[in-house]
Amino acid sequence: MSIEHLILRVVIKIMFAPILLFALYVQFHGDYGPGGGFQAGVIFAVGFILHALIMGLDETKRVMPIGVLKWLMVIGFLFYAGTGVATMLLGGNLLGYDAIDPASTHHAGQHWGILLVEFGVGMAVASTMMMIFYHFAGREPEIRDEDW
Amino acid sequence: MSLLAQLPVIPIIVPLVAAPLAVLMPAEKMGGRIPYIWTTLIAWTVFAACVAIFYSVATVGPISYHLGDWAPPIGIEYRIDLANALVLTLVSGIGALVFPFSYESIRSEIDPRQINLFYAALLICMVGLLGVTITGDAFNVFVFLEISSLSTYALVAMGANKDRRALTAAFNYLVMGTIGATFFVIGLGLLYQATGTLNMADVKFQLAGDNNRMVEAGFAFIIVGMGLKAAMFPMHLWMPNAYAYAPSAVSAFIAATSTKVAVYVIIRFIYTVIGADFDFASAAFAWLIAPLAIAGMFFASIVAIFQSDVKRMLAYSSVGQIGYMLFGVSFGTEQGLAASLVHLFNHGLMKGALFMAAAAVMLRVGSHACSGYAGLAKRMPLTAAAFIIAGLSLIGVPLTVGFISKWQLLSAAFDSGRPWAGFLIVASSFLAVIYIGRVIELMVLKPAPENAPPIKEAPLSMLIPMMILVAANIYFGLNTELTVDLAERAAHALMGAGR
Repeated sequence: MSIEHLILRVVIKIMFAPILLFALYVQFHGDYGPGGGFQAGVIFAVGFILHALIMGLDETKRVMPIGVLKWLMVIGFLFYAGTGVATMLLGGNLLGYDAIDPASTHHAGQHWGILLVEFGVGMAVASTMMMIFYHFAGREPEIRDEDW
Repeated sequence: MSLLAQLPVIPIIVPLVAAPLAVLMPAEKMGGRIPYIWTTLIAWTVFAACVAIFYSVATVGPISYHLGDWAPPIGIEYRIDLANALVLTLVSGIGALVFPFSYESIRSEIDPRQINLFYAALLICMVGLLGVTITGDAFNVFVFLEISSLSTYALVAMGANKDRRALTAAFNYLVMGTIGATFFVIGLGLLYQATGTLNMADVKFQLAGDNNRMVEAGFAFIIVGMGLKAAMFPMHLWMPNAYAYAPSAVSAFIAATSTKVAVYVIIRFIYTVIGADFDFASAAFAWLIAPLAIAGMFFASIVAIFQSDVKRMLAYSSVGQIGYMLFGVSFGTEQGLAASLVHLFNHGLMKGALFMAAAAVMLRVGSHACSGYAGLAKRMPLTAAAFIIAGLSLIGVPLTVGFISKWQLLSAAFDSGRPWAGFLIVASSFLAVIYIGRVIELMVLKPAPENAPPIKEAPLSMLIPMMILVAANIYFGLNTELTVDLAERAAHALMGAGR
């Protein structure tokens, strides 16, 4: 392994885990304060994008292959929509979280509902951000000279 | 879960869940038939749900559905009355025909590795259009509008496999569409600032007939933004290229639905959200919408005459037809509004059929230039017949839906004391005779080029949806009960909400 950009490499190795941890903090703190799935998803993706910038795209693709990202995008979205459908099946309207725990006196269903939805949002946003980055960064120059 | 209570949300949630699943389906196994069959079944489900909604609205009355069980005006409300039930049925009906229609055409036009993505995007585009129509929340309109627009940009760009110009067309559309959406959301922001609410009915209630600069500016931004999306005359330049270079089935779908939905939004905002009683609304009718509509009717139709590409010609013709719809709205009368709604529905049927015929020609002849249509009546008789009938309908020949639209527009013009408007409508219809007549002449009277290879008629999977749409053109031309009566009731309800 080459030792180019040694300092950057070491720093990103130290930073990687805290970035992901901070993303999870923003994710689960979203119920009570600023934050939530969108922001957390972007921060989570930033960890991987930094990794790709320093270590190279191929290294990152070994950690997080494109095929996995595609599934994460879909599963994340289905978490969101699935929560909505689940509340419909439980007798509420679409995304009517109270149907999750109708007996609760302090709207426990709302807590569960938003937690699940935000988790789905976070997953979908993180994987979509990475997918966009992969496509921009890994693109072969597709337009040939004679096409112009 | 009571299915009936959840009915209003079915057309949104079912395709929204189905589209990401289509992304996961294999693109190249069985020639990409798996995502095709899956999304077609979903489109039919959606159509069935929309028909059920339409029936319920027509017999029982408007439906209100509260998302997340939050009551409006705090929560998002889906509110369906006759006007949007009509548009919902149009969009989902065209969807139910375009999805089965598209397979052969798409397989020959886009990169086969993208076929699962294509069907996912088309489904999402349909969801966006349905969502714009169904919702009773002004901001929700913007969200769904972006959902449909973003997927449309991708769909148009997929035409690049056949013609690289699709990329610039899609990029142009993206820039213009984004400007339109930005204007729209600025307008919404101003209205929100003025009223503190985003629920459509509540905005009007809070305005209570009071007006200030902010409301006026909001109205102007919304009309311009939506005018861009609807390809209202001087803001139509994104449209001809986008329609011409998009994959043919996509052209058929968006030409029949997306601009109609934008016109619906203009009507909805004028009557349900702002209210047409304001001086600035009637001034906009008289000094902005009417002149631009007339200019569009003539200018776009004249440009259409000189096109050498059938899809571009049809796109310019759409700009002109949007002019008719806005012209009807600009009368400010109930009849004018009803005529607009009728034409909105009918034009979806005609343009859908015309673009489907163009897609069939594209598949067999491999071109959408006018020259490819020479002698087509002998080479592809059924497709040519479909094109001719839908073309006659576009002109407004009796026994077709086009005649009903024109008739309604004319009588609305005369009844509102605008005989000159009636004259303009008839005069611009003659332009349609020229541009459609030109293609019909090519197809029927001109011989096919001598070195032309023999071609087959379009496959059944394309012919059947095309013929159903052509039959609808005739059926709704003979039986006006469904469209005209309902449009009159819808217009009455819209205007009633405006008093």
